[in-house]
Amino acid sequence: MNRRTFLASAAAVTIAPFAARATPEDLATAIREVTGDAPLREGRVTLDVPPLVENGNTVPLTVSVDSPMTDDDHVRAIHVFNEKNPQPHVFNARLSPGNGRAVVSTRIKLADAQKVVAIAETSKGEFWTAHAEVIVTIAACVEDIT
Amino acid sequence: MANVLVNAPKTAKKGEVVEIKALVMHVMETGFRAGTNGRIIPRNIIEDFTATWNDREIFRMKMSPAIAANPFVSFTAVAGESGTIAFRWTGDNGFVAEHKVSITVT
Repeated sequence: MNRRTFLASAAAVTIAPFAARATPEDLATAIREVTGDAPLREGRVTLDVPPLVENGNTVPLTVSVDSPMTDDDHVRAIHVFNEKNPQPHVFNARLSPGNGRAVVSTRIKLADAQKVVAIAETSKGEFWTAHAEVIVTIAACVEDIT
Repeated sequence: MANVLVNAPKTAKKGEVVEIKALVMHVMETGFRAGTNGRIIPRNIIEDFTATWNDREIFRMKMSPAIAANPFVSFTAVAGESGTIAFRWTGDNGFVAEHKVSITVT
């Protein structure tokens, strides 16, 4: 291996881990896969996530949707996406009128300071959304063990 | 068998909305991190979580590597009839964890 090929391979190794990052385009594609052509409207959804987190490995997140949760009008699913983790998906939860309230809490990982998007899919085929910006000081997911 | 921690009320009034919290011990390795040898640590996550109330599904969640280690989920359900709430987590490498709690509805 000569100097040039060595440098090239070394560069490839250093750059490779950072190539595995979702982009705002990936986020838009992932959202379109869920909503299709239906319009996405702001409102009804409350995304509760701290604006500044020290450790991106566990970020508490609560999504609540203003919905009567009756048979004719309920939230069918809650989807959560992120902008800069290696993959845009976080989770999707299936709900039914039997849940009584459209509230889901969990803990997520964030690889960088970024936007988190929550989308609620209602039984009427509407999509409501809310987003939040989160600043992360210690990143998760892509951080190596050393 | 994985360690599971579930917090659900033991009794509820009929029609009451009860909150159910479930946590399972799991590394949730993303598959994007390199280990000490520089090699990528293979992905090992929980992909699916379902909760059933007397065998009727009340909640289902599809997880991604972006769910934190030891996945915690909380959701609500309307208390219908007395019986069993069963939880099931499935994931990579044939991971399965199950847990059941009983609830009395008055």
